[in-house]
Amino acid sequence: MARLDVRKTYKLYVGGAFPRSESGYTYEVLDAKGRFVANASLASRKDARDAVVAARKAFGGWSSRTAYNRGQVLYRVAEMVEDRRPQFVAAVQQAEGLTAARAGGVVDATVDRLVWYAGWTDKLTQVVGNANPVSGPFFNLTTPEPTGVVAVLAPQASSLLGLVSTLAPVIATGNTCVVVSSYARPLPAVTLAEALATSDVPGGVVNLLTGSAATLGPWLAAHMDVNAIDLGGVVGLDGAEGSSQQLATELEVAAADNLKRVRRAPAAEPDWTAGPGLDTMTDFVELKTVWHPMGV
Amino acid sequence: MQLEYAPAPESRGVVDLKPSYGLFVDGEFVDGHGTSFKTLNPASEEVLAEVAEASDADVDAAVKAARRAHSRTWGRMPGAERAKYLFRIARIIQERSRELAVLESLDNGKPIKEARDVDVPQVAANFFYFAGWADKLEHAGHGTESIGVAGQVIPWNFPLLMLAWKVAPALACGNTVVLKPAETTPLTALLFAEICQQADLPPGVVNVVTGAGATGQAVVSHPDVDKVAFTGSTEVGKAIARAVAGTDKRLTLELGGKAANIVFEDAPIDQAVEGLVTGIFFNQGHVCCAGSRLLVQESVADEVLERLRRRMSTLRVGDPLDKNTDVGAINSAEQLARIRELSAAGEAEGAERWSPACDLPERGYWFAPTVFTGVSQAHRIAREEIFGPVLSVLTFRTPDEAVDKANNTPYGLSAGVWTEKGSRILQMAGALRAGVVWANTFNQFDPTSPFGGYKESGYGREGGRHGLAAYLKGGE
Repeated sequence: MARLDVRKTYKLYVGGAFPRSESGYTYEVLDAKGRFVANASLASRKDARDAVVAARKAFGGWSSRTAYNRGQVLYRVAEMVEDRRPQFVAAVQQAEGLTAARAGGVVDATVDRLVWYAGWTDKLTQVVGNANPVSGPFFNLTTPEPTGVVAVLAPQASSLLGLVSTLAPVIATGNTCVVVSSYARPLPAVTLAEALATSDVPGGVVNLLTGSAATLGPWLAAHMDVNAIDLGGVVGLDGAEGSSQQLATELEVAAADNLKRVRRAPAAEPDWTAGPGLDTMTDFVELKTVWHPMGV
Repeated sequence: MQLEYAPAPESRGVVDLKPSYGLFVDGEFVDGHGTSFKTLNPASEEVLAEVAEASDADVDAAVKAARRAHSRTWGRMPGAERAKYLFRIARIIQERSRELAVLESLDNGKPIKEARDVDVPQVAANFFYFAGWADKLEHAGHGTESIGVAGQVIPWNFPLLMLAWKVAPALACGNTVVLKPAETTPLTALLFAEICQQADLPPGVVNVVTGAGATGQAVVSHPDVDKVAFTGSTEVGKAIARAVAGTDKRLTLELGGKAANIVFEDAPIDQAVEGLVTGIFFNQGHVCCAGSRLLVQESVADEVLERLRRRMSTLRVGDPLDKNTDVGAINSAEQLARIRELSAAGEAEGAERWSPACDLPERGYWFAPTVFTGVSQAHRIAREEIFGPVLSVLTFRTPDEAVDKANNTPYGLSAGVWTEKGSRILQMAGALRAGVVWANTFNQFDPTSPFGGYKESGYGREGGRHGLAAYLKGGE
């Protein structure tokens, strides 16, 4: 007789722990061919709020780490993903219906992307900051600082490379975040949460919610303790409630309540294998300018 | 012996005020189709001129002119040629600086000393600075492609300087503009339009549409405007952010503030008191980055307050055109009512109010320099932007407490730190969530230095290399 397999119910990742949704709801995750894979927690409004609290709590510590240290931590994440390569390949294959070879390519690109951002942590200030030659006896310096707590609606199609490509720049620059994974393809995100939990990323720096960006998005967009939002995950969410364009507009309107920095959704999901621009980082930094008199 | 200042009025003769002004569209002054309005001298309530109100159709004509100029002349012109136009404008501003300063003081109510020594020189400096960028954009890191037509809405506190902060970088990057000056201070923008004619700037590159909120709304919501830049209140800024949601319009916002000016016990007290006075009484406190909350360490609070009161007693409040005036007129009856309302709330909530004895003129809008002590973080005068010469004083014991109190605001535009200890300055500068931190100085501005806020003080930067990002396609 064949052994009955153990069916898994995946949990959320909030504040460094793996809670179930407080709502108790889960949803069925299917593979690319429509077969049952596992249950995932369906994050609720309360889960989103808890995640924001965890992210805010982690912000002070993470943003004041040295840039070198943040780079070390991100590189460690790359190592952890590399270490679990077979698991990630299987997850991507299942979620996106790719061949093993192509899923392997996606995981390799993901590791490379993490390494790329790991190297940026202690260079961005030099590239986007500068001294300003004011016409008076003053020292005057402009440097980037993290914006704060960033809500990330992760891409719906690219469940790992797209996720990491939106997440890594946010934390590389010292922000903390609440990420809503792809709804239909959440398991690579869950696997990533497991890698993050066993790397050196402090709890609360990345909080991963599985569930609906259409449901969680409006709460995060209107949350007064969230400083910025990436709307990338809205692409392809056309459904009964309206077009993705309508949803994006609604979220941008809600974000204006506390003037969140908004990274708008592109018209279509980008080719994530293309090299990212600096804007992925500069969209979520603030420029601070410090003045001090000289010679008096 | 009591020494008195003799009156030292600057002459108004240098300004040629017309009885009425039209809009500036496509290089010409034209009639508006809205309901014209009067602009007053807030120091005397005298009507200075009648100004046209731009209707939706007028705004549309201005946007069309700007679009044409962008696609036919300005957007295709080599950067080096654009630069020369901007240098030319900068030079004319220097040549006509006295006229601009007197007109600014008349229409705004600010002391001539400040219009002459701060506003207008900074205006010229901004045009000189950004002129030089026009043919060097490939080195700035934001690409070289202009965005298109910029709709710019500016406030009444630094009318011409805010124009310069908006128009100079926009033009340097190859954009054309439709500018909406504030309802109560349109005159220097219209004089600037004349300077554009004098400089032979191609028609449509700069368009000035005067009016109130409805005109501003027409500018920012016009479908053919590619970029919106606004300086003003946080409330209006949020409305604009909602209005551009779902469009491709790029947006920068420079909004309100409630800056903490933090004085430690080891601060150079005399310099700090000068900084506190500059921080809140410069320009009648009509400054978004004003140091409107004094956070003073408990151990030196009495000494600082005593010296502050003594210094406030020497401030000369009155005729803005008098060269010895330190504090001029409040810009409008509406603003005066807001300052009075919040000050009354301060007293009602239990803070102690003090102003030096000073004779205020009978006509015009005036408010004596005021300091509130015994202010708690919950008081409205500690939370809301007053935008007037009113300082709220809070105390602290430890640097951490100072940081917590300073950051306890939805705003994040500026902050001040006063201490002789270098490591403390740098620690505080890092911990304060504000876009500009002045250490052992306050209210310094320069075209090369980026300015703008964190949190609800807005987004985007004006000034410096970073200021170019708002006006280039690669600057996102």
